[in-house]
Amino acid sequence: MIDVQQVTKRYGHHTAIDRVTFSVAKGEVLAFLGPNGAGKTTTMRILTCFMPATEGTAQVAGFDCAEQPLEVKRRIGYLPETPPVYQELTVSEYLRFVGRLRGLIGGALTASMAREVERLGLGPVQHRLIGNLSRGYRQRVGLAQALLHDPPVLILDEPTVGLDPKQIIEIRELIKSLAGSHSVILSTHILPEATAVCQRVVIISGGRIVAEDTPDRLSARLRHSEKVSLTLARAPRDAAARLQQIAGVQQVHTGGPPGNFLLECQLGRDVREEVGRVAVTNDWGLVELKSISMTLEDVFLQLTRHEEGIAQGTQLAAEPVAAASSATTDSTS
Amino acid sequence: MTPVRAMITKELRSYFVSPVVYVVGAVFLLIVGLLAYLYIVFAGAQAIQLLQMHGQASINLNDLVFRNLFSSIRFVLLIILPILTMRLFAEERKLRTFEFLMTSPIGLNEIVAGKFMSVFLVFLGLLGLTGLIPLTLSLFSDFDWYPVMTGYLGLTLLGALFLAIGVLASALTENQIVAAFVSFGLLLVLWLMAGLGSLLGDTAAGQVISYLSFMEHYDHLVRGLVDTTDLMYFFSALVLMLFLTHRVVDSARWR
Ligand SMILES: Nc1ncnc2c1ncn2[C@@H]1O[C@H](COP(=O)(O)OP(=O)(O)OP(=O)(O)O)[C@@H](O)[C@H]1O
Ligand SMILES: [Mg+2]
Repeated sequence: MIDVQQVTKRYGHHTAIDRVTFSVAKGEVLAFLGPNGAGKTTTMRILTCFMPATEGTAQVAGFDCAEQPLEVKRRIGYLPETPPVYQELTVSEYLRFVGRLRGLIGGALTASMAREVERLGLGPVQHRLIGNLSRGYRQRVGLAQALLHDPPVLILDEPTVGLDPKQIIEIRELIKSLAGSHSVILSTHILPEATAVCQRVVIISGGRIVAEDTPDRLSARLRHSEKVSLTLARAPRDAAARLQQIAGVQQVHTGGPPGNFLLECQLGRDVREEVGRVAVTNDWGLVELKSISMTLEDVFLQLTRHEEGIAQGTQLAAEPVAAASSATTDSTS
Repeated sequence: MTPVRAMITKELRSYFVSPVVYVVGAVFLLIVGLLAYLYIVFAGAQAIQLLQMHGQASINLNDLVFRNLFSSIRFVLLIILPILTMRLFAEERKLRTFEFLMTSPIGLNEIVAGKFMSVFLVFLGLLGLTGLIPLTLSLFSDFDWYPVMTGYLGLTLLGALFLAIGVLASALTENQIVAAFVSFGLLLVLWLMAGLGSLLGDTAAGQVISYLSFMEHYDHLVRGLVDTTDLMYFFSALVLMLFLTHRVVDSARWR
């Protein structure tokens, strides 16, 4: 349904996205994950034919964005970063205008409007001016706008921003229900959102795709090592050194709460039994021993941190590096 | 056709929700009404003078009222029309609805046409209301309707051109005030070109510059001369301005 090949976008000398390649099958929901300034919005703007790519091709439903923009636009529902609402119109006036722009008329228009009003809970605010609505309601109006003509492709730029927790869950359910019949790309910085609604995740950082897979496989693939967390009540001073000697333990990190050790172990080797035995025989006061599997969050942080190595302090990487270093402090605290 | 109609409906709605149209409309009608009143009073004074001198008076309302009025309205339009057009594209860009519009399945031609048509309709409405002046006058006096009609034709064309320039200016910036000043400036330049042209006299440059200004074309129409050259001037200038708007809006996406 969506096919992006080697797309690059430069703003002057600044490369916003660099040779991005990915595709979305019919009925698939894809999450576009990345820190601020990663290039998510830029990619979406190219896909929706808002602006042309500097290099590369983007296709939606078999139509090229540069050559047949109208055909592409007909098949896309797009929710931009800022909900595109006219403050001086009421919700229903706005939806009617949107529907007409997309060629809906008469009964079909009324039916579509009623469906979206119902689906997004806009009933109570239908006849109010959009300018007087709260941020969350405007976001919902923006979503209703994207869904109105029931397009086969949906491109949603941070769809759950500004919504309350209950609404977030409802919107996620809504997006899930669209899977199968619609192809959806949604961008987010929120990891649980990606895991909750998407079959596939594309992680973008500094304008490049750094990983692309299912949420489960991503975390599996990136698990270079297993981690075991150990808490001791009476840890001797040389505990770390002695734990290090256990076969299979690669590294021991301290620095968490007192008595807590984080053991990095060889992949596929369960050291818990041995660690437990050592702790008990030495009477270190074993309090807790558990293996930690890497969450998507760790994967995300690890991948975006990688950027530090890739882009050697160029201006281009300023934003990702900043994001990654703040992430580093987060993960150690 | 439906998308253009949808655009026009939406724009008209936006115009009439905001106070701008009412304020601008009221000021326009007030000034035009006041001017008409002054010119009529002046004509009346002249008639009385003639009556005292010759015992009879026949004054020409076409010359004394309408031509003066049409000349003055030109200046009023120059000031108020930029205020009507300033929001058209600038506001969309400021409020980020521009992206929505540009990703809607409607052509740029239709967007530009819709925006222009909507403000043109507002203008026609205002102009239509000034029609009360000749209608009222015709109840009490005799005058030649033909130059009045061609004058209105001239005003319509002149307004369309001013509006197209305003739409272009609005597409150039995100700031409505800047848009208003840019169109005001452009119109003033076009106006003053007539002066420059007559200064240069009958030289080739002088003629070209005079031709480029709307002044002489409009004057012909006000005097009751309908010439295809003048009509062509207005139509081609209008098309050129809308075409430029199209280009500017298109390039605004690239930034
Ligand atoms: N109009 C523009 N002119 C110049 N640079 C731009 C422009 N728009 C975006 N950029 C740059 O391109 C890069 C990618 O921006 P983009 O908006 O795509 O990021 P994003 O992933 O959507 O970020 P966020 O999560 O904050 O929304 C950023 O470095 C940004 O500064
Ligand atoms: Mg963004």
